[in-house]
Amino acid sequence: MDATAGTRLHGDGLTLGYDQRTIARDLDVAVPDESFTVIVGPNACGKSTLLRALSRMLKPAAGSVLLDGSDIHRLPPKQVARTLGLLPQASVAPDGITVADLVARGRYPHQGVLRQWSRTDERVVSESMASTGVAELADRFVAELSGGQRQRVWIAMALAQQTPLLLLDEPTTYLDIAHQIEVLDLCAGLHAEGRTVVAVLHDLNHAARYATHLIAMRDGEIVAEGEPAEVMTAERVEEVFQLPCTVIDDPESGTPLVVPAARHRVRA
Amino acid sequence: MSVLRTSGGLSVAYRPRALAVGSGCLLLALLGALFTLASGGGDYPLSVDQVLSTLIGQGNPADAFIVREVRLPRVATGLLVGAALALGGAVFQSVVRNPLGSPDILGFTQGSAAGALVAIALLGGGSLALASGAILGGVGTGLLIYALSWRQGLHGYRLVLIGIGVTAILTGVNGYLLTRAQISEAARAVLWLTGSLDGRGWEDVLPLLCAMVVLLPVVLLGCARALHMLEMGDDTAYALGVRVDRVRLAALAAAVLLVSFGAAAAGPVAFVALVAPQLARRLTKAPGPNLLPAACLGSALLVLADLVAQRAFTGHELPVGVITGVLGGGYLVWLLATERRAGRI
Ligand SMILES: Nc1ncnc2c1ncn2[C@@H]1O[C@H](COP(=O)(O)OP(=O)(O)O)[C@@H](O)[C@H]1O
Ligand SMILES: [Mg+2]
Repeated sequence: MDATAGTRLHGDGLTLGYDQRTIARDLDVAVPDESFTVIVGPNACGKSTLLRALSRMLKPAAGSVLLDGSDIHRLPPKQVARTLGLLPQASVAPDGITVADLVARGRYPHQGVLRQWSRTDERVVSESMASTGVAELADRFVAELSGGQRQRVWIAMALAQQTPLLLLDEPTTYLDIAHQIEVLDLCAGLHAEGRTVVAVLHDLNHAARYATHLIAMRDGEIVAEGEPAEVMTAERVEEVFQLPCTVIDDPESGTPLVVPAARHRVRA
Repeated sequence: MSVLRTSGGLSVAYRPRALAVGSGCLLLALLGALFTLASGGGDYPLSVDQVLSTLIGQGNPADAFIVREVRLPRVATGLLVGAALALGGAVFQSVVRNPLGSPDILGFTQGSAAGALVAIALLGGGSLALASGAILGGVGTGLLIYALSWRQGLHGYRLVLIGIGVTAILTGVNGYLLTRAQISEAARAVLWLTGSLDGRGWEDVLPLLCAMVVLLPVVLLGCARALHMLEMGDDTAYALGVRVDRVRLAALAAAVLLVSFGAAAAGPVAFVALVAPQLARRLTKAPGPNLLPAACLGSALLVLADLVAQRAFTGHELPVGVITGVLGGGYLVWLLATERRAGRI
């Protein structure tokens, strides 16, 4: 059987880079269908670059990204956008835009010059706002929201795109712990509904708790991937992050919990 | 947002406030146009009745000549140039994501001026050569700035800085070209450089009209919705299925052509491209490039400014560019001060 069966989205032999700089060479990556795949790795190891390549924002110098068996760069952009959503690490909210207007823009790939705002559009946008908990903010300006609220609005926009595959680049960065969990629970909910979710996360314990499939990257390479319990070992964390640590069972979920070794102990 | 839907599943979305601003400006522009047709610069006043009857092909020959051959081309030039400059400016500001990313400031108008000056001063050409020079100059400058600022995509800030540099160079070139011109030609060139609707005939209107018939659908139907998406950053626009590079190139090319044809017809009328989209945004309070309201507002602005220019000093008509320059320059100062404070520039 083909190794890539059961993966609507995968990259084969990808060489990725900017200008002359190569970030990743000959990278094979597959996103298992209906998984919650989490990518972890140190800063600047190429996580965003990989996500951008998977969502055809970056054209690989070699290799190809296949979506449902076709080269993603050969598919019509709007068709891709109805299948695969991406929340980039940084997005700009246009001046003076309200929450409802921003979320509505997620409907773009479903619209046309003569189909600008169907009843389905309207329904999907309110559902997306409701499921991310931003419905009551609908008429507020995005610029006036807190970081956590804003992040949920962007996720609502990506949801309104109604894609079976959703890629999120650091959806929890800049959020306080409660909002991080809120966003992760939201992603887990989307996954439970049958979507394939891919997220870049920094917190290893969150990654271990929420992922069904974990990808660990270093220097543009995939060092390990698989079930969190297998991937998240003390040796692996030290190898990837150069951080000595102990891994114990999370008392809440039973998933691996990374406890960094302390170099400076506070005396009792 | 409001929607019109057909039973067949077609739908058109619009914002009532933006629609009101757009139609209000259009009405204002048409009223200004009618007033100009009736009174012109003050000599030979006609009544609205007389104007309307000449427009439908009646009225006495003298009235008909004044209205149809003298005043109507001027008014039509004003309406079209205002819309073309404003639309070009709205596209630029949206793509560059900065109000300073306006053709006035990026150097396109200076480029048109350089082309026109070459035609007048070096080649001694007539009005056709001048118009062609303006168009070629504008398009050439567009290509130059695009080539210089393209680096794995287009970055707004880079474009603005390079545009300002190119403007400075072209200003010098234009000064040099003026010194090379004969006195009479220099006078004609300076009048053109200020931007004037005086003495426009149908031969000035037609090329612009044809250009707009082609370019308006490209911008309004082909690019407008994608431009909204582009405002959220290239990555988000890609993710939503926008052909980012293609849309941006098409929109900018159309905008450069609009501005160049506008300049060819009336000269590089100052600041309409900068001010109209900004005012339109503030009036509609709608996000997005506000293309149609900006175009209507540009028309109104130019027709009303021309009315003021014709009548402000009795017996001494000003070029309309003086009025828009004074208004627009003041606005630019205000904009720089407030945006600077808001940290957006
Ligand atoms: N647009 C870009 N142009 C050039 N280099 C880039 C660009 N984006 C990222 N890089 C470089 O690529 C490397 C990987 O970046 P990235 O994928 O963003 O890392 P991560 O998301 O893992 O922190 C970094 O060294 C970064 O400097
Ligand atoms: Mg990143």
